[in-house]
Amino acid sequence: MNTPMDDFLDTPRDDDVQALYDRAPCGYLSMTPDGKIIRVNDTFLAWTGYERGDLIARRMFVDLLTAGGRLFHETTYAPMLRLQGRAREIALDIVCADGRRLPALVNSTLERDGTSGEPQVIRAAVFDATERRQYEQQLVVEKARAESSEAKAQLIARTLQQTLIPPAVPTIDGLDVAAVYRPAGSGAEIGGDFYDVFKVATDDWVVAIGDVQGKGVEAAVVTALARYTIRAAAADQGEPSTVLRTLNNVLIADQSDRVCSAVVIRLRRRGGEWRASIGCGGHPLPLLHRQDGSVTEAGRPGTLLGYYAEASFNDMDVDMRGGDTLMAYTDGVSEARQANAWFGEARIAKTLARGWTSANHLTNHLLEEVLEFQGQQPRDDIAVVAVRVP
Amino acid sequence: MDPLLRNNVHVSGLPVGQPMMFAHGFGCDQNMWRFVAPRFEDAFRVILFDHVGAGESDLTAYDHAKYSSLAGYARDVLEICDAMELQDVVFVGHSVSAMIGALAAIEEPNRFDKLVMVAPSARYIDDDDGYVGGFSTEDIHELLDSLGSNYLGWSAAMAPVIIGNPQRPELGQELTASFCRTDPAIAKDFARVTFMSDNRDDLSRLRTDTLVLQCRSDVIAPLQVGEFVRDAVARSTYIVLDSTGHCPNLSAPRETADAIDSFVRAGP
Repeated sequence: MNTPMDDFLDTPRDDDVQALYDRAPCGYLSMTPDGKIIRVNDTFLAWTGYERGDLIARRMFVDLLTAGGRLFHETTYAPMLRLQGRAREIALDIVCADGRRLPALVNSTLERDGTSGEPQVIRAAVFDATERRQYEQQLVVEKARAESSEAKAQLIARTLQQTLIPPAVPTIDGLDVAAVYRPAGSGAEIGGDFYDVFKVATDDWVVAIGDVQGKGVEAAVVTALARYTIRAAAADQGEPSTVLRTLNNVLIADQSDRVCSAVVIRLRRRGGEWRASIGCGGHPLPLLHRQDGSVTEAGRPGTLLGYYAEASFNDMDVDMRGGDTLMAYTDGVSEARQANAWFGEARIAKTLARGWTSANHLTNHLLEEVLEFQGQQPRDDIAVVAVRVP
Repeated sequence: MDPLLRNNVHVSGLPVGQPMMFAHGFGCDQNMWRFVAPRFEDAFRVILFDHVGAGESDLTAYDHAKYSSLAGYARDVLEICDAMELQDVVFVGHSVSAMIGALAAIEEPNRFDKLVMVAPSARYIDDDDGYVGGFSTEDIHELLDSLGSNYLGWSAAMAPVIIGNPQRPELGQELTASFCRTDPAIAKDFARVTFMSDNRDDLSRLRTDTLVLQCRSDVIAPLQVGEFVRDAVARSTYIVLDSTGHCPNLSAPRETADAIDSFVRAGP
């Protein structure tokens, strides 16, 4: 008994190679090196509707393409084929005899003469890519949609971020105030740092700086809450410790369980001097640079905000005279990393001690140093506020 | 930024020879000249480079605004000339680089001795005034749309190269082994500026001796397009190569080199 396989193998098939060529499940074309069609299989003719006589020695392969395809063929595909002897998975639309378009993927090789190296023949296999092309077009649309949605999210983040810091530091008669702010990374995500400078009464100002745990929209909501709570609490002439206590209660009562650190400084003018009352809640203490060159921490450590109902905050008063500078910052400055090193308070103090004649120069310079230290890629938000008595 | 690194400049030939710069067009890189440029190494200082965005140029130098017009590319050519202190330059530009060379030579006419335009077109799109460029605006958009499909492989595998990935050098090798590949977004920009530009008015301001090399059968820059360039350039020489396709530097390198040779080695 012969099996079907035996029958198949026993039957002489002189035309096998020809059938394999003509009825292959892809189009085959042979061309002269400049692209003139010299041979084509039945599959290609069946797909495109051309007669063999329409093509052989009459048409160039490039003639069968759309105008856009011709541009790509001539500027990229043909050079690629010449230079590397092959071109793979080139997407082209073939214009059929009836004008219909056949989306195709084309693989080609260029055969060169063994001795002279002169190009002899181009062989191309053409695959019907109708469904693949539709899928690709869908992908392209989806990619564009994702990119536009990403751009929108970044715009929202930037807009929201701008509401968390004042658009410009106000000008205060008799005080030189400056601030810098730089969100972590590329700035696409909203940071948790904030600062504020606002007037309570004539010659009575508040400077605040803080850091809400975490990032993103949820942190931004808490940041906004903290900023406006400080404003409201300071408005009824509260001392920094009272403001911080109010903020602590508000944050505990709030549904979010994010914690926050902050420094609140109240500045009141006394003749030619300013008295700074400093309150601190879980935040790095501000640094005070005296005209005599000394740099010291100013303020007393207080409890982190938004977690402990039993919290303790103490004010410390400092009298500032001409040439004195008080600077507050977030941990994005002190904890900036470079390999295994921290930027640290010592570097901040050293920069501060350089004797600045402008608060603006000081804050900008410190920001540059911190960015430089981390190779311009801050991993945390950076905020600095400096107050200088001219 | 060093323009020689930015544009992947390669110098060969006679160090004291007259400088001869070869510029590639849209779709490929300096490899386009590998069968032609060596012919001139005996007497010329041969300078090959990649436009920013192509070949092994510094992709981080790609600036969308700067390269949204051919003037940006022309500025790079002049910066290379400046950095290398080149004078009496012979500039050979294929396809869109013929126009880039023209813009550079208009900007600094004293810098250039001769200009060779290989398969140039001053305008690819037909105009209502009767000008025939060979294409419609829709045709160009069709090309731009198709580029996404043709660079699918690049975006996944090659993207890490542009952000620099010293841990995976094989990516760079793969990129160099595959000619004419680039970032699809950049390819699209370059295609747009190439095929949408209109340099017909610029050509009247060109005073440099210019050879216009036209292929007998070129679907991108057909005969009438080359003839327009010939007529628009004041000091032009026109040669029709018996060659098919848009890249005679690859398909007919000997004839192309012969034609350039007789032009650049001719006395003043």
